Amino acid sequence: MPAASTPQTLFEKIWIKHRILEREDGQELMFVDTHMIQDGSAPAFEMLRQRKLTARSPERAFGTPDHYIPTNSRNLLDLADPESRAMAESLERDTRAAGIQFLGLQDQRQGIVHVIGPEQGWTRPGLLMVCGDSHTSTHGALGALAFGIGTSEVAHVVATQSIWQRRPKTMRITVDGILAPGVSGKDIILAIIAKIGAAGAVGHVIEYAGSAIRNLSIEGRLTICNMSIEAGARAGMIAPDEKTYAYLSGRPFAPTGEKWARAVAYWRTLPSDPGVSFDREVTLKAQEIEPMLTWGNSPEDAISVTARLPAPADIADPQRRAVVERMLTYMGLTPGMALNEISIDRVFIGSCTNSRIEDLRSAAAVAKGRKVAASVEAWVVPGSGLVKAQAEAEGLDKIFIQAGFQWRFAGCSMCIGVNGDSVASGKRCAATSNRNFVGRQGPGSRTHLMSPATAAASAIMGHLADARALHNVLA
Amino acid sequence: MQPFKPLDAVALPLTRANIDTDQIIPARFLQKPRANDFGAYLFRDLRFNKDDTKRPDFVLSQSAYSASEVVVAQRNFGCGSSREQAVWALHDYGIRAVIAPSFGDIFYSNSLKNGLLPIVLAPEVVEQILATLSAQPGLKVSVDLERQVVRAPSVADQPFEIAPFSKHCLLTGMDELDYTLTHADKIAAFARQYEANEF
Repeated sequence: MPAASTPQTLFEKIWIKHRILEREDGQELMFVDTHMIQDGSAPAFEMLRQRKLTARSPERAFGTPDHYIPTNSRNLLDLADPESRAMAESLERDTRAAGIQFLGLQDQRQGIVHVIGPEQGWTRPGLLMVCGDSHTSTHGALGALAFGIGTSEVAHVVATQSIWQRRPKTMRITVDGILAPGVSGKDIILAIIAKIGAAGAVGHVIEYAGSAIRNLSIEGRLTICNMSIEAGARAGMIAPDEKTYAYLSGRPFAPTGEKWARAVAYWRTLPSDPGVSFDREVTLKAQEIEPMLTWGNSPEDAISVTARLPAPADIADPQRRAVVERMLTYMGLTPGMALNEISIDRVFIGSCTNSRIEDLRSAAAVAKGRKVAASVEAWVVPGSGLVKAQAEAEGLDKIFIQAGFQWRFAGCSMCIGVNGDSVASGKRCAATSNRNFVGRQGPGSRTHLMSPATAAASAIMGHLADARALHNVLA
Repeated sequence: MQPFKPLDAVALPLTRANIDTDQIIPARFLQKPRANDFGAYLFRDLRFNKDDTKRPDFVLSQSAYSASEVVVAQRNFGCGSSREQAVWALHDYGIRAVIAPSFGDIFYSNSLKNGLLPIVLAPEVVEQILATLSAQPGLKVSVDLERQVVRAPSVADQPFEIAPFSKHCLLTGMDELDYTLTHADKIAAFARQYEANEF
């Protein structure tokens, strides 16, 4: 064995392995292992038809509808808008015509593309994965390099199984220490974005490291990598470890037998080498992180559940003051109020950020034996048909239904609302999703981002609430 | 893709940071076929009320800016969703260049594939341009991609960076996919070797 040369990061090891060629301007053509295709991709297939191009490697792709599907049934006819219906129908037609595996609404494995990739074992360490969706960063939690692409790039990947990229910079975010009880992966990533800002990682690939990250379950890691894009990062990654291998073992698309042994041996070479340097380093102390919620219209507007809203009068910078005033107005909030004084109308537990089985267990633990406040309409939308089945096998559906939650079918649902699952203008939603942008959940909607436990506690209380305090309040 | 021509046009000042692609085009228009005029959906909920009446408070509603072909904005323009429709909305409205201190990565990449030129300038320069464009509505900004220079009121001529290949594509209207297909043999050779060692 030759001695190790220059130390490399996890990202660099995967990058180098996938480099096909370099253009004179420094951009590199990268080989794509796995292309995940969702139902926003109809315009990409239209581009391919216009140019009479076909899929180069259909076996390296899979498609599933998640955005444009109803969550009150598994029948596309329940979508009111024919143009929306056409998006999901096009995906089935286009993938079948191209010979790409398709998981439709009648297939229990269907779900949010970023939930089913890991679930099926399509997502694995060392792979380069893309999808025409910005939350593709999710898959980095298993040690893959995964990033979102646009429509033209989807067409490019289908036709060539490759993509041009400029090599991003690297950033390591280290979270060391022990998390306090009731603090989850969602709280960590909201604390990170609050610290570095919504543009804090633009042009970078983040590697999350440190004992608090290693101690998280795979699902907690998926939540963290999922929101890397909300800090502007090209991708988010976590080094594979024994938890990763245990998670993947036996999954339908994971290697088996002798191939599994070879795969694990390779995966063990992937973690960043000791002494390697990153372009940027950020550190957080786990014990200082509290349950986090957003109050404004950027994911960076996250504060501790026990904190008060900012008061524009206290902000010296006139531009920032104007931004805060505009957000408080849009959100219908009073400067300086406490988060638990903010009453809510809707609760959404779901999305590619927080719709996995551990998320549902965490919300159910709060909801068990309690009732959703009369003024609140609360939904639970599992991330896949298999998550739904698992939750039902554990009786979580009954806990939710008895508490007054709606128990729905898998899909992106109210995170983006393009299937009609939306929040009415002026209404306020406690959501476990990833974006609190103006109008994200519907025109005029008001979104607060939080963990599943916090969302469940808020549903019970009828206002934004600290799940840790719920026992005391209701006792 | 249409070739990028030298530009001398009214510039729209958007004195906001983190303008996400949900603002540029709300998600409810994403299912529209590309044949539609996506310019109609540009900043839809900032420009119009629910009843389709104009919101006079939004800068693009002011007549002095209606013929804008350049957008100037604060940091992280085009963050959020990967939707290429955000670029189509700007393009179809007639916007040819966006100037900001930073862009969302995916938006930046999508722009180059649709003939829209994203230009990164220093934050303090952008602030100065924004202040001038806001104080005197209707002023023009010129963009010379060949020489990689922006000329804007109240600041010195600003050189900007762009990858040579992207510049070539923009100037000639050349498509990246066509270029990649000329390397199909290299992709095939790589794939053969890669797949031989795959597990």
